[in-house]
Parts: sequence; C-alpha cells; structure tokens
Amino acid sequence: MMIQKQKSHSYSFTILLLTIFGFNISVVYGKENPNSFYRLFIPPAERVITLEGDGIHDPNVAGIKLLQQPADAFKPLQSSPGGNNVDWVSSMKKGLINPIYDNTDPDNQALPMDLSIIMEVKGSMPDVAFPHKEHTAILDCSNCHDEIFKPLKGSNQMSMAEIMLGQKCGVCHGSVAFPITECRRCHSVKPSQTQTKRKTKKK
Amino acid sequence: MSPHSLAISLSPYFSVILLLIASISFSPDAQAEYGDIVINNFSDKADIRPVIFPHWFHRIRFSCKVCHSDIGFQMKAGANKIDMLKIINGEFCGNCHNGETAWSVGNCELCHSAIKNTPTQVHRGAITELKPNGKNTGRAK
Repeated sequence: MMIQKQKSHSYSFTILLLTIFGFNISVVYGKENPNSFYRLFIPPAERVITLEGDGIHDPNVAGIKLLQQPADAFKPLQSSPGGNNVDWVSSMKKGLINPIYDNTDPDNQALPMDLSIIMEVKGSMPDVAFPHKEHTAILDCSNCHDEIFKPLKGSNQMSMAEIMLGQKCGVCHGSVAFPITECRRCHSVKPSQTQTKRKTKKK
Repeated sequence: MSPHSLAISLSPYFSVILLLIASISFSPDAQAEYGDIVINNFSDKADIRPVIFPHWFHRIRFSCKVCHSDIGFQMKAGANKIDMLKIINGEFCGNCHNGETAWSVGNCELCHSAIKNTPTQVHRGAITELKPNGKNTGRAK
C-alpha cells in the first residue's frame, strides 16, 4: 500500500514538473518552439486585445461592457506595425479621425508650422527629420518648449538611451506616440542627402 | 476514507494548482493597449479599484493639446495627483467628465475598472516592452 502511494506520488510529481515547465514555455514564449521568431513578444497578427482579457481591467466589473473595445475603434483607421497598430498621423490626414483641438472653442483649428528640423546623428543610421507640421497639428508649442526641448537648433543633445528611458522624444514616443522600434519614421533622411550636406559643411 | 488520507491523496493536485498560479505570476506584463495608463495614487488606500486611462480612446476625439496644455495634465503617469474632489470641482478629468461632454463622476466603475493593487504605470511603453516586469511611468526624472 505504501509503495503504491509513493509510486503515485512520484508519478504525479513528474506530471507536475512537466506541466509547469510546459506551461511556463507556452506562457513566456507564446509558442512551443523555443526558436520562434517572436520569442518574447506576441506577434502583431495574434494580438487581439479585449478589455476583459488585457490583464489590467477587472473582468468582474459590470461597467466594462459599456466601454469601447479598442479593436472596434481601430477598425476604420489606418493600420501601422507599432504601438496601437494605428497610424494616427495618416488617419488624421485622411480625415478618419478629427480630434478637437481646443478645450474652450471646438471650432478652433490648429495652425500647423511647416518647419522640419534635420538632426545629424553620430551613428550609421540616417539623419533624423523632425517635422513640426505633424506635431503642431495636435500639440501646443508649450508642450515641448522650453521644458523638454530648447527652441534652438542644435542645442538639444540626446541619445537613444535617453529616449528609451522616457526623456526628450521619449516623453511621448515609447509610451503614447509611435514607439522607438519604428526607427525609420524618425531616421528618415536619405544618406545621399546627408552626405552632400556634410560635404558642403566641410567646404 | 479518513480526512487525513483524503488530504494526502489530494495534496499533489493542490501543489499543481499552487505552482500553476505561481507560474502565471511569472508571465509577461499585461497585454493592455499601447498607452493605457493605470493611475493608483490613492485608490489602494481607499480600497477601490485603480483608474485606467485609455490614451487611444481619447486621442481619437481630442488633440494632445486639449489635455496636456489647455487642461494642464503633466505628461507623466501619476504626477497629476488627481483626486475626486478636483474632478468634482471641474479640474483634470472633471473638465469633460461632468455629465455634459462625457459621463459624470457617478459612474465610478467606468473609470475605476482596474484589477486591485495594479501599480501606477504606462502600459506597453518602451521600458515595459524591453523589461517584462519593469515599471514605466513614461518619463524618468
């Protein structure tokens, strides 16, 4: 009787270990293949976020049924690979969304400033073009100047590490605006343009 | 079968359940929508659910400027120290959540909908993506 019990114990212990190991793999890696492409992430195609299952909403709250599901809201919008998987700028340009610009007067329209700042980078990446136009369409000057950025070209030294830690561009890019994984949306100036610019500078 | 032997025969199952719960706790960060902010400045102490602010919902309807300049929200999770008194007075969320533009303060559960003890955090931000359990308030300062 005792031997049988021990056997059943060791058997269930093995199952237990296997279950936990397998469970951990499936939870952490998303797939059973340890060399899957999206090892630590959920691939965009498989990401279906519902409010009930997003891990922060309490599914027991009755009011959750009244809230809009992100997938429903994003359906008519322009898609994009990062962040919310929505290209907010082109959605706004196409008139798919029309966010109110002013708190007091809903008819008040933004006066975008069409000025692109080219920032030369030290590494091998293309230079950064900062478009004031897209930013001033939704933001006020005071959101960035002078607290985050000095309004003088070349006076804002920054690094990608700083941005990743949530400073400079990282105040928005990496938490709300498109994430820093979309490198080429900022690093967008073609190398040929940059090289000619540097050559003219040397002269 | 005595209760003691019953407990012994069921103990492996209990341990399985316990360890499954433990392994779930090692799972990656919540798969919230990008830019979702949990605000838990006072909620835990008051024993109510923390607030979830969905950026995606609001940015469809409002420019960043409306909240971050006109109304005066600081761009850092938890930095505004919003309480219900301020909201009822028409500050912060109360600018719109007054029963005219958006639902009024009586609809507690629509905002206070997070799982209890969820920390103040920007979800799926840069740091949370890189470090599964890292806390990210959006701005290191």
